[in-house]
Amino acid sequence: MSQKEYEKYYVPAQSPWPFMGACALFLIAFGAGNFVVEITRGKEGYGGMILLLGLVTLVIMLFGWFRNQIHESMSGMYSAQLGRSYRQGMAWFIFSEVMFFAAFFGALFYARVISVPWLGGSSNNQMTNEVLWPTFQAIWPLIETPAGGKTEAMGWYGLPLLNTVILLVSSVTCHMAHVALEANKRKALKGWLALTVLLGAVFLFFQVEEYVHAYTEMGLTLQSGIYGNTFFMLTGFHGFHVTLGTLILLIMLFRVLKGHFTPENHFAFQAGSWYWHFVDVVWVILFFFVYIL
Amino acid sequence: MTTTTSEHQHDDHSHDDGHHEHHIPKGIKRWLYTTNHKDIGTLYLWFAFIMFLIGGAMAMVIRAELFQPGLQIVDPNFFNQMTTVHGLIMVFGAVMPAFTGLANWLVPMMIGAPDMALPRMNNWSFWILPFAFLILLSSLFMEGGGPAFGWTFYAPLSTTYSNDTTALFVFSVHIMGASSIMGAINVIVTIFNMRAPGMTWMKMPLFVWTWLITAFLLIAVMPVLAGAVTMVLTDKFFGTSFFDAAGGGDPVMFQHIFWFFGHPEVYIMILPAFGIISQIVPTFSRKPLFGYASMVYATTSIALLSFIVWAHHMFTTGMPVAAEMFFMLATMLISVPTGVKVFNWVATMWRGSISYEVPMLFALAFIVLFTIGGLSGLMLAIVPVDFQYHDTYFVVAHFHYVLVTGAIFSIMAAVYYWLPKWTGKMFDITLAKWHFWCSLVSVNVLFFPMHFVGLAGMPRRIPDYALQFADFNKWISLGGFAFGLSQLIFLALLIKACRKKGEPVSAQVWEGAEGLEWEIPSPAPYHTFETPPVVK
Repeated sequence: MSQKEYEKYYVPAQSPWPFMGACALFLIAFGAGNFVVEITRGKEGYGGMILLLGLVTLVIMLFGWFRNQIHESMSGMYSAQLGRSYRQGMAWFIFSEVMFFAAFFGALFYARVISVPWLGGSSNNQMTNEVLWPTFQAIWPLIETPAGGKTEAMGWYGLPLLNTVILLVSSVTCHMAHVALEANKRKALKGWLALTVLLGAVFLFFQVEEYVHAYTEMGLTLQSGIYGNTFFMLTGFHGFHVTLGTLILLIMLFRVLKGHFTPENHFAFQAGSWYWHFVDVVWVILFFFVYIL
Repeated sequence: MTTTTSEHQHDDHSHDDGHHEHHIPKGIKRWLYTTNHKDIGTLYLWFAFIMFLIGGAMAMVIRAELFQPGLQIVDPNFFNQMTTVHGLIMVFGAVMPAFTGLANWLVPMMIGAPDMALPRMNNWSFWILPFAFLILLSSLFMEGGGPAFGWTFYAPLSTTYSNDTTALFVFSVHIMGASSIMGAINVIVTIFNMRAPGMTWMKMPLFVWTWLITAFLLIAVMPVLAGAVTMVLTDKFFGTSFFDAAGGGDPVMFQHIFWFFGHPEVYIMILPAFGIISQIVPTFSRKPLFGYASMVYATTSIALLSFIVWAHHMFTTGMPVAAEMFFMLATMLISVPTGVKVFNWVATMWRGSISYEVPMLFALAFIVLFTIGGLSGLMLAIVPVDFQYHDTYFVVAHFHYVLVTGAIFSIMAAVYYWLPKWTGKMFDITLAKWHFWCSLVSVNVLFFPMHFVGLAGMPRRIPDYALQFADFNKWISLGGFAFGLSQLIFLALLIKACRKKGEPVSAQVWEGAEGLEWEIPSPAPYHTFETPPVVK
């Protein structure tokens, strides 16, 4: 192959979308920073409006940016090398998400292995216990905090177990959709993908039901000490990621229905499916450490 | 070490002459909508420099207050805001964006790539930053003032005892983190996927290697920082008790999470500096780098070790003795690969034909002064003596030696080294030498006496101090003002350089410079390596 025929790496010309994205993040961050204060301190202000404006801008930006990109991809401007850039970029993004969850899992492990036992007087911390909270008992799940707040622990059977099964099955159906796409079986692809989206939505429905149960009947809230904190932050951020993943897969479904993707060229679908498997793995770890153990 | 065939250089010229669809766009849109790695690199570097001046102005306020004992100029709460925002700006607004700017300019040119791998995302990661710092700086003017809990935002200072603008701090850190992660993903993917044919791993310039490892560290720890600020937010506003013992949490847990991010962060701010020095020293010694492979392995080991040393920032929190021993020994282990690096730089110069151009002056200052910072770090790593040094000016002296005379001197060395390549003209050498010598003398007057007042027990982050520290503090402040003024020389020089004043330079610029970036014309054309060169 001579140099002239070398496949050129596509470097896009100027684009307004990233700058619009930066404006959107500015509005979101500034709006959220004010909104949080307004709702928790009962103040008047425009934080919520600014936040909403930012989110709308973000959605418009994503729509425009991805539309450009789909256009470029479908008119054959992309090379195999560019496809590798996208795949590697997605893989590193997922790694960053893993580390985000690692921070919260770290907090959970620290509380269970170090801070709660120490408050209960373990190793050389006997005086900590006797001077600060002599009646405090270090047991996990922490249903009574040192300050005396009481709650109930969430069991692992019932809804959480059902949700685990749902997510595991959805990972399989997502993989089946991918297999069908690569074999160019469009009908099977549509079926498996639609089923995956449905399972994601069912998971979220049950998750909401579990939260309602926890808040109204068990007295388990975000404020219920370190047990409630880690429970809601981990399951909450996971639920947020499931929501995103479901939306991504739903958009992929629309694109499949419009005839997008070929057995060779389907980066967006693959990225969505990787994201879904990642969310699934996080749940399995979460189910094990938050619910069972 | 790497050469292209001459045909490919011709190829490049013919490409510049036209026939590709986008020419250099004009006006403000060029900068707002750009996808060009050189434009984005320039934006990053100017942003970093402006932030350096703003953060520096805050340091001047701090030093003016500390010029004499007693409360003199600002009230203590504002003093705390100055120390906090000075730190945040210098870390996230000056040093990190400057290195990212250098990566943007240099990595594609060094590996023979047409641009960064994801050019639009590159634009996004830059433009987030001015907005993030606009939010952070605007909080200084709001009710209650800006963050005043130190750049490390320890709980409960940042939760129970902070004001409500903490929410703005939290969200601005979130979007800064998003920017860093996207920038790092771009660098890593560019290096993995965009190397020219023949540019094998062990032929990559060390700047590229060190940035590859830095990018990995960024992706690994910036999300942990996001987690930490999120917990601060929920503890402060939504009633969680991650950092509150009454709910089963622990304020010390904050420090663990923060420093799990914070220690790799320290290496994020020094590994690219190692890369820069490893480019400059061989050029002006006219010898290849001594121990190339050992440099790569040393950088990798420093990065891996950085994940298991975080608690050396917390020796006085009452950790179990076994943990203190572990973190002490792991920390000391880092001096081995770091020593390998310093040895290799010196060995590169050994019997070299050395000349003292401005980038080399900064590089030599880096090697000596960074090593001083490294040695005081080794002292701080020793648990029993750290009980004495902890939270004193000795710590301030230590990290300013590694960050100012380390990271920032390396950035200045890099700017002087590659500026002629960027503008096509030699910078004003007289001004540059004035900048170097004024900075070198004043920075040592500024930071060296801090070791003494620290050892004598002067605490950091305090607007007032005991009378016995008065003399040293006067000198420290004078050094600080002089160092601040010296940077205005740099500003003048940069403005002059950007207006393309000066003698035109050759493609190679420096006799002895090797690498792909020195084989393209000066100034570097807007698009380079649209057809990849073949590296032999």
